[in-house]
Amino acid sequence: MTSSASPARPVLSLGDRIFSRSAVFAGSMILVTLAAVAIFLIVQSLPAFVATNADASLLPDNFWSYVWPLIFGTVWAAVLALLISLPLAIGIALFISHYAPRKVSAILGYIVDLLAAVPSVVFGLWGIGVLAPATQPVYVWLNEYLGWIPFFGGVVSGTGRTILTAALVLGVMVLPIMTAICREIFLQAPVLHEEAALALGATRWEMIRMAVLPFGRPGIVSAAMLGLGRALGETMAVAMVLSATGLVTFKLLTSENPSTIAANIALSFPEAYGTNVNVLIATGLILFIVTFLVNALARWIVSRRAEFSGAN
Amino acid sequence: MAISVRPVTAGSTLAGNRLPRNAPWLILAACLAVSLALFGLLAAANRSEFSLTGAVLVGLILHMVVTTALSAAIEGRRRAVDRFVTNLVTGAFLLAMVPLVSVAITVVSNGLARFDTEFFSSSMRNVTGEGGGALHAMVGTLLITLAATVISVPLGLLTSIYLVEYGRGKLAKIITFLVDVMTGIPSIVAGLFAYAAFALVLGPGVRMGIIGAVSLSVLMIPVVVRSSEEMLRLVPNELREASYALGVAKWLTIMKVVLPTSIAGITTGIMLAVSRVIGETAPLLITAGFTASMNYNLFNDRMQSLPVYVYTQFANQGNPAFAFLERAWAAALVLILIVMAMNLVARFVAYKFSPKTGR
Repeated sequence: MTSSASPARPVLSLGDRIFSRSAVFAGSMILVTLAAVAIFLIVQSLPAFVATNADASLLPDNFWSYVWPLIFGTVWAAVLALLISLPLAIGIALFISHYAPRKVSAILGYIVDLLAAVPSVVFGLWGIGVLAPATQPVYVWLNEYLGWIPFFGGVVSGTGRTILTAALVLGVMVLPIMTAICREIFLQAPVLHEEAALALGATRWEMIRMAVLPFGRPGIVSAAMLGLGRALGETMAVAMVLSATGLVTFKLLTSENPSTIAANIALSFPEAYGTNVNVLIATGLILFIVTFLVNALARWIVSRRAEFSGAN
Repeated sequence: MAISVRPVTAGSTLAGNRLPRNAPWLILAACLAVSLALFGLLAAANRSEFSLTGAVLVGLILHMVVTTALSAAIEGRRRAVDRFVTNLVTGAFLLAMVPLVSVAITVVSNGLARFDTEFFSSSMRNVTGEGGGALHAMVGTLLITLAATVISVPLGLLTSIYLVEYGRGKLAKIITFLVDVMTGIPSIVAGLFAYAAFALVLGPGVRMGIIGAVSLSVLMIPVVVRSSEEMLRLVPNELREASYALGVAKWLTIMKVVLPTSIAGITTGIMLAVSRVIGETAPLLITAGFTASMNYNLFNDRMQSLPVYVYTQFANQGNPAFAFLERAWAAALVLILIVMAMNLVARFVAYKFSPKTGR
C-alpha cells in the first residue's frame, strides 16, 4: 500500500496511514462533539421556545418570562462570586509568587489547588451545614447597621441560605483556577524589570506595582473571565445552598432569591416530564451559549500572549 | 526577594530609620495577646461564650493597623504602604485557608460516624431509617468512571498526538481553540447533552449509567488532551530525529519513543482528569439518575453514584433525619479520600517516573 502518484510525496507505510488517520479522526471528534452538543441541545430545546403554560407546567406564562429571572440569578451570583474571589486570588497569587519563601511556594500553590479537589456536592453540604449558620449572625448585623444600603435591606433570612452565601461558596470554588492563572503570569514577569525597580530603591510593593501588575494585567483579566465561566456553570453548591423563589432582586440577605439556570435544572430535571424537559434543556442551551462566549473571550485574551498557556 | 537589607542604625545619613527585623512578629504577638485578653474579659463580663475566631481576627486587624501606623511614623509613608500590602497579601492567603481547613474538619468529624463496615458492604435497598450503606453508589461510581475513562483516554490521547505530531494549519488551530472552550463547558450542560442525544434515540425519560459516562467523558476529554499535549511537547526533538535517522516509521517512533518517554506525565494527567470527574454530581443526577439498589449493568436502568448519593441523602431526608445526614457526610468523606488519594498518587507518579531531561 505505498503511494507512488507523485515522486515528491514521501512513501507512507500502512501503519503510518492508519495511525495518522486515527489521530486526525480523534482530533475531528472534538469538533464533532462540540457541534453535537450544540445541535442536540438546539433540537431538544426548539419546542420550548414556543411553549406556553398549557404545554409545560413549569412555565408561568411564556418561555422568556420563565428564563429571565434565571438568567439574572445566574449572572448576579457569578458576578458576586467574582467580586469576592478576584481580589483574593490576586493577593494569594502575589503571596505565592513574590512574598512566600521560594522553597515553600510550590507547596503553598499545591495547598490552594487542593480546594479544586473538593467535589462541589461536598461544598454544598459544607455551605449549608457550616457556612450558612456561621454567616447568619453577620447578616443580621449587616442588616441592622447597614440596612440603608439597598443591597443589605429587606428581611434577613433566618437560615443564612441567601445569595450572598451561595456567592461565597462559588467564590471559594473558583479561587483555585484564578489563583493558578494569576500565579503563572506573575511568575513570568521579567525578572530584569523587577530587579531594576528594586535597584532603584523601590519597595517590594512599588516593584510589584511597576513591574509585575502591568505585565500581568491580561492574565488577570482572563483569570477573571475563566472564573466567571466556572461560576456561571456551577450547579450543585448553588442548588443545595440557595433558597430560591425566582424573584428578581438585588437584595443580598433575604430568603427570597433568584435561582440560577444550572441549579434550577438540577433541582427540576429529575421530576420533569413532557415539554418541561425541553424547557429545561432550552435553559441549558442559554447557559451553554453564555459560558461559551465568556470562555472564548477569555481564551482570546490569553492567546494574544502566545507563550502563555491559560489552561490548567 | 533576594535583596537583603543591612540593619541601619538610627541617625544614619545614608538611609532612613528602619524598624528592627523582628518587629512585625513582636507586634503580632502583642496584638494577639491584647485581643485575646480583651475578648476573654468581655466574655467573662457578659458571661457569654469566648469567641476564639473573633479574637484572632481582631488581633490580626489590630496588628495590621499598629504595624502600618508605627512604620508610617518611623519609616515614612512608602515603607508603611509596603508593610500594609505585605500584611494584606498574607492575609488573603490565610483567608483562603479558612474554607479548606473548615471543609476538611467538618467532613472528617461528621463523616466518621458512619464510616463503618456496614457502610461499605450494603446498599440502600429496603432501608428507610438508620443503617444502610453506599456499596451500590461505590460500584456505580467505579463503573461509570471506568467507562468514561475508556471512552476519553484513547480519544484524548490520539487528539493530543495529532496536535503535537501531525497537526498543521487550520484544523489544528481550531481543535486547540475548541479544546480550550470545551474545558469551560458547564458540567450540567454536558449532562443535558448526553441526555438529549440518548433521548432522541431511546425516547424521553431514559436513565442509564452509560449516558452518565458519556457526559463525564465530555468533561474529561479536554483535560486529557491538554495535559497529554503538554507532556508530548516536553519530549526532546532530538529523540524523534534520532529515531527517524535510523529509518523508523513515524508511527513506530511515536509508539516506541515518544509515548514511553512521556508516559509518566500522561498517566498523571489522566489520573488528575479522573479525579476531576469522579466528584461531578450534576451530570450524573440528570443522566444516570438515582436508585437504592445495586446495578452492575451500565446499559440498563438507573445507576447510583457517590456524589449523587451524597446529594440524594441530603435532599430526601427521611426519618430519622440524622441517619440520612450521617450517610451523606460519610459518603462525602469517602469521595474526598478517593479524590485526594488519586491526586497524591498522580503527583507521586509524576515525581518518581518523570524522564530526566538532563538539564
